Amino acid sequence: MTARSEHPTPMGHGRMVRKEDARLIRGQGRFLDDVTLPGMLHGAVLRSPYAHARIRFVDTSAAESHPKVRAVVTGEMLAERGMAWMPTLSHDVAAVLATDKVRYQGQEVAFVVAEDPYAACDALSLIEVEYEPLPPMIDARRALEPGAPLVRDEIPGRTDNHIFDWESGDAAATDAVFAAAEHVSTCELLYPRVHPAPLETCGAVASIDRISGKLTVHATTQAPHAHRALYAMITGIPERKIQVIASDIGGGFGNKVGMYPGYLCAVLGSMLTGAPVKWTEDRSENLMSTSFARDYHMHGEIAATREGRILGLRVRVLADHGAFNGTAQPSKFPAGFFGVFTGSYDVAAAHCRVTGVYTNKAPGGVAYACSFRITEASYLVERMVDVLAHDLGLDPAQVRMRNLLRPEQFPYRSVTGWEYDSGDYPRTLTLALELAGYDELRREQARRRRAFAETGRGELMGIGISFFTEAVGAGPRATMDIAGFGMADGAELRVHPSGSAVLAVSCMSQGQGHETTFAQIVAHELGISPDDVEVVAGDTDRTPFGLGTYGSRSTPVSGAAAVVAARKVRERARVVAAAMLEVSAEDLVWEKGEREVGRFHVRGDRAAGATIAEVAQAAHADLELPDGVEGHLDATCVYNPPNLTYPFGAYICVADVDPGTGQVTVRRVVAVDDCGVRINPTIVEGQVHGGLADGIGMALMEVMAFDGDGNHLGASFMDYLLPTSMECPSWELGQTVTPSPHHPIGAKGVGESATVGSPAAVVNAVLDAIGVRHADMPLTPAQVWRAVQGRPIRTDVAIGSDNET
Amino acid sequence: MEITVTVNGQEHTCEIEPRLLLVHLLRDELGLTGTHWGCDTSNCGACTVWMDQVPVKSCTVLAAMADGRHVRTVEGLEGPAGLDPLQLSFMSCHGLQCGFCTPGMLLTARWLLDHNPDPSDREIREAISGQTCRCTGYENIVAAIRHAAQQAQQ
Repeated sequence: MTARSEHPTPMGHGRMVRKEDARLIRGQGRFLDDVTLPGMLHGAVLRSPYAHARIRFVDTSAAESHPKVRAVVTGEMLAERGMAWMPTLSHDVAAVLATDKVRYQGQEVAFVVAEDPYAACDALSLIEVEYEPLPPMIDARRALEPGAPLVRDEIPGRTDNHIFDWESGDAAATDAVFAAAEHVSTCELLYPRVHPAPLETCGAVASIDRISGKLTVHATTQAPHAHRALYAMITGIPERKIQVIASDIGGGFGNKVGMYPGYLCAVLGSMLTGAPVKWTEDRSENLMSTSFARDYHMHGEIAATREGRILGLRVRVLADHGAFNGTAQPSKFPAGFFGVFTGSYDVAAAHCRVTGVYTNKAPGGVAYACSFRITEASYLVERMVDVLAHDLGLDPAQVRMRNLLRPEQFPYRSVTGWEYDSGDYPRTLTLALELAGYDELRREQARRRRAFAETGRGELMGIGISFFTEAVGAGPRATMDIAGFGMADGAELRVHPSGSAVLAVSCMSQGQGHETTFAQIVAHELGISPDDVEVVAGDTDRTPFGLGTYGSRSTPVSGAAAVVAARKVRERARVVAAAMLEVSAEDLVWEKGEREVGRFHVRGDRAAGATIAEVAQAAHADLELPDGVEGHLDATCVYNPPNLTYPFGAYICVADVDPGTGQVTVRRVVAVDDCGVRINPTIVEGQVHGGLADGIGMALMEVMAFDGDGNHLGASFMDYLLPTSMECPSWELGQTVTPSPHHPIGAKGVGESATVGSPAAVVNAVLDAIGVRHADMPLTPAQVWRAVQGRPIRTDVAIGSDNET
Repeated sequence: MEITVTVNGQEHTCEIEPRLLLVHLLRDELGLTGTHWGCDTSNCGACTVWMDQVPVKSCTVLAAMADGRHVRTVEGLEGPAGLDPLQLSFMSCHGLQCGFCTPGMLLTARWLLDHNPDPSDREIREAISGQTCRCTGYENIVAAIRHAAQQAQQ
């Protein structure tokens, strides 16, 4: 459903069918596990059964004598090559293969290379490892207690599990606002540890050419150029001799940003055997060891007047980063972009302090379409607004409407220092309330409550609202880098003599449809058909440097680079066309006619003109060009974004809850998104659909909990529950369009909007139904039932261990 | 052990380890990489193929169990007349994003429409409920199957 749009005709061929579909619907995509090279061997990783244990010895002799085994790699062997530890993206190091001790269940201990994958797995069971189990540090809330088990005792001088303290906002001003406030609501909130769980797990095929010394790595990576830089750093092979190739990727969601030990083991396996080595995870390995998301323990306070005018926010966060600080985020932002926690509201003051701690769990933390921790920030503020409304007896829609930033405040500088580029929030919330039929829903809710009170039977229903603002498209080089690399991205555009074009970009689709939308961008700017634009990505030998696709940055950064490159080509074309038509460049007018075919024509003489294809031919031919004008029609751009883009939206969830069983049924989800100008609205809506399903998953089903011994309790899809078609309703979408003033086509990122914004809407709906102030995600039937009894549980630890909140 | 399997109408005789999974036979021995592997536990359905006209999850079927049987994979959907109408409707309705679940979804959807040419949305959702998609929120997969059914009714 498309409700309202100021741009009824989206730019650049709008809802065209995706180019990548033709191969994917035939099963002809090329995913990592589809890569087979001549003589290829197969690797498998031996993992720790313990969360915390000292390694006494590793005996690989029996495995080495397996007839199909070609190499066995241990941490000691890596240490001899200086590769036992690798740098993380957050100023820490992580073990490639454990040498001294294991620090989480599922950690990599040894690597076998064999002639087939079954043999490699057989050989794992032949490796003998003697462990000395140590007390595990599982509960982040106890990580800083005196005498807590020390996770990182290999770091000289380290005596605790503290990683960092980071704060944002004005503490004194915030304290003053709270001291003077009529009302303060507080709440403890857990955003549990969850996992992006792309359907395709992580993997790599590494191949060293013994003669040239060139390393080729086929990998499931969202950031091929960043990975090339990391391989160079770790192996010492120069970047010019490293080629990273990512082809089709079966979903990423942030899971495929970081560097994993398996990739490096495949590289070393190829070095040792001289043959290509493939390594792919199984599902348990993916869930247990690769980048998790969230794990934020938050203490929120919100100050307001009795009428619900929000004055301030104060937040303390305990961030569980696992055994190595390996979060993938701009390096000056140890808590990501959590600093946007004031969300969509006009507050006088705000302050947050985030403390990161080590635990005996897998590293990671920034993943699952989280926009660098904005998911946590958005959940916090949207839950706190509902807690406030609950405490004051106010309608949560009215509280939001009363406090939203007003259109005239944009560009808006938040009290924590973020400059929101554009927005008209009340219009978007009003539209969502209209689409949902909010007033009638409240009347139905009242009827249901009365009936339930009279009979003690039946279902309750709740209405949950979330109004999110994201800051995406990292980012300006002056303040944002990853591993020392500024977050600008490149684009190279070549127009062939016939007028067809090839665009090479540094971003990397994992299903977002870049082959289509980026072709649409170029087609729109040059007035050619998107069918005539080929998009190249994922191969570091064929694409310009850039940091890849995550944090909803492809359209804000690489998309902008493509626009700028295309406009450079168009300006060159203007000069060439002037030479062709024997007029001055200033006398040419750019026009786009039917089916968006673009041409220059002579001012005052429409008949005299040239299309891009005609200009391209001339630019490659013997046409005499003015002095200083090069031939051909090529251009490059490295786009350094002046600011982030700030998409926003209003989501409303209607949930039916059986208080007797705790069963939740999501009846409706209304989602009104404003991501600025939409390039391909069908693709935008598809991304919103996927994120809304994520919201149901996180709010109701998904969690990675641990028992007291550090056993992972969500290590397969039998235990880590993902939403199916049965839990998801048919989504009801609307849109408003507020262009970004600084993006060259007014677009904003959207890929993570719904994952960021929707969990709070679902949680708010369920708690609204049962009239409970707060209970932590996931709101499983057991948790909802307990919440109805007034005793919601901690969801991040095993039931029965220590889970009374 | 030796098995003979007919895949997409073509007979293959292979010498295999008894423990080989059907998904690996298809992908690694026969080179039919359209069938994907996603979870090991029959939960995600990326590996769904037909065995003797019934959708099965090939990650939990031994290749030996397919001896003497007929298997149909995504590569067998396109016929002499061209693409299966479901393949076309998945494209036109944007029923896929990363495309990893798509082959399994297509095979289940084909089975559904063969047995229930005019399914309700609820029936479509039930039919694909054993399969996971992480990208689409299922909306456009349901729409694509509905669209293909409607096209066939006309």
